[in-house]
Amino acid sequence: MIEIKDLHKSYKMGSNSLHVLKGINFSVEEGELVAIMGSSGSGKSTLLNILGMLDGSDSGEYYLDGVPIKDLSEKKAAQYRNKFLGFVFQSFNLINYKSALENVALPLYYQKVGRRERQDKALNYLDRVGLKEWATHLPSELSGGQKQRVAIARAMAAEPKVLLADEPTGALDSKTSYEVMDLIQKINDDGNTILVVTHEKDIAHMCKRIVHLRDGVIVEDTKIEQVRAQEYV
Amino acid sequence: MFDIERWQEIFDTIRKNKLRTFLTGISVASGIFILVILLGFGQGMRNGIEQEFEQDAATSVWVWPGVTSKEYRGMNPGRRIQLTNENFNNSVALFNETIEYNSPRIFVRNVTVNYGKESLVYSIQGVASNFQFIENAKMIDGRFINYQDEMSTAKVAIVGKKIRTDVFNEVETPIGEYIDISGIPFKIIGVYKEYEDREEERIYIPISTAQKVFNGGDRVNNMSFTLPAVENFDQAVAQAVDFKDNLKTYLQQVHTVAPDDTSAVEVWSAMEEAKRYYSLTGNIKLFFWFVGVCTIIAGVVGVSNIMLIVVKERTREIGIRKALGAKPWSIIGMILHEAIFVTAISGFGGLIFSMALLEVVGPHIEIDYVVNPSVNFTVAFTTVIVLVIAGTLAGFFPAWRAARVHTIEALKDE
Repeated sequence: MIEIKDLHKSYKMGSNSLHVLKGINFSVEEGELVAIMGSSGSGKSTLLNILGMLDGSDSGEYYLDGVPIKDLSEKKAAQYRNKFLGFVFQSFNLINYKSALENVALPLYYQKVGRRERQDKALNYLDRVGLKEWATHLPSELSGGQKQRVAIARAMAAEPKVLLADEPTGALDSKTSYEVMDLIQKINDDGNTILVVTHEKDIAHMCKRIVHLRDGVIVEDTKIEQVRAQEYV
Repeated sequence: MFDIERWQEIFDTIRKNKLRTFLTGISVASGIFILVILLGFGQGMRNGIEQEFEQDAATSVWVWPGVTSKEYRGMNPGRRIQLTNENFNNSVALFNETIEYNSPRIFVRNVTVNYGKESLVYSIQGVASNFQFIENAKMIDGRFINYQDEMSTAKVAIVGKKIRTDVFNEVETPIGEYIDISGIPFKIIGVYKEYEDREEERIYIPISTAQKVFNGGDRVNNMSFTLPAVENFDQAVAQAVDFKDNLKTYLQQVHTVAPDDTSAVEVWSAMEEAKRYYSLTGNIKLFFWFVGVCTIIAGVVGVSNIMLIVVKERTREIGIRKALGAKPWSIIGMILHEAIFVTAISGFGGLIFSMALLEVVGPHIEIDYVVNPSVNFTVAFTTVIVLVIAGTLAGFFPAWRAARVHTIEALKDE
């Protein structure tokens, strides 16, 4: 599903150049649940941004579902993002004046799905994250865990190839974190490919594979025995 | 533009951001409102001043004889100058080329005027047929004195509207009624209207009749002329001054008056007076345009400001939309679509409201020199278009920049 070869990325800061990713080789099969771990500054967010086409790489190859991702125009990147990727952010990033339902329906709007169908689909996905009754509520009326579930429903609504989660539990307490991970595991059980960036060990162990980044290189890449979040909920 | 989904998205956004929409709308609507009211009053003042001058024809020149104040060629000062038919006819003959209308006038004094048993105290003036154009009297009933009346010394009279209201309120029309001037019946053949009541309290009769019947001889109390309209205002003034000077010189010579005697023959030109007022209205017009343009600029700046704030406020939302797959142009389109929609609606709202206000209140305004303030619809409409375009341009650059901002940066925006 994802294939990365010798990926480099550096940021220019005045006259200095900060080499963040120093040759990443990495591939993800369909249906995997991968945790990307590393301390801050290890390059894990940069990697996720490149995977999410929110940022470009300096050199190296990146294939997503067999499609080469290189030197995309803004327009093309937007199209690919819409078609291939779903995002879940640490800070939820819901649009605050739109109800839960409308937030979930938004990626479908950019897929040019009709209004009725959009609403039906969005409601269906809200139901799957257990928030059907909250459909008309604004984000400000939801708890953190609920917001993240809405965000997950939104990411899933576009039926992406890969779900990218950037510290999805970073702003949540541990109980809520496990609930969210439980949801992510269930989505993965349905066959969806998911990448989770985290620095929390317990969260990482709820995935099926852990990739350790340090100073811009992968230092460890192991398949693990998944801990079901269900046990902690 | 006709994407129904886009419209729904815009309406959603507007509905859920009422305050933002309201503030944008108010700033645009009030800008237009102020402009229209200002332009309206500017026009009102011009109307008012124009009306002042409509009382008499703008190019009229009047001659009033007076008393000499200087000794000249053996004549003592203090001599009263009396104009005659001959003076008048010679003046007309002499300046035939430059005169449009002309009329002598005689005030008939020491007569009694009766209508039935009622005694009237209005002034009787003998005038020629052209006097109507010089005085700018508008006939609202019947006709004015004509040449035929003058030739036949007809015993006909024209009365002012106020006289009709005051005296002839019991008959349907004063036309055909007779008034009695010192025992001689005069048939009323017309009613005229003026801008001031004072000038409607006159009874006009043919000058020939006035001279023959009331012992006027060939005396004339004053003479009035109008000059033909010329395109250029300065030319008109020059023409009036020229005519005035020549006429004065002629009359002074005929009556043996010192050339520098200012009181013996007075010639008054409306055009010279008008010049003062016209330069005033010109300045007023200029001032209102200046204020209007400033208002528009203020409106444009206001709209631009709001657009900047709106885009700034939506930076994060833009980032989210981009992460979800919105293309840059779809972002720009969305922001502009909303901006154009809101500015256009509120702009026309302000336009309609202010024009309705002028339309309803305008005619009832009774202030000196402000008459029926109104505004040229095309000007106001153009202003709205200008504001909408300015708002669009003002919105475009921040929108464009916001769409270009890196999605990651946009998402970090608080």
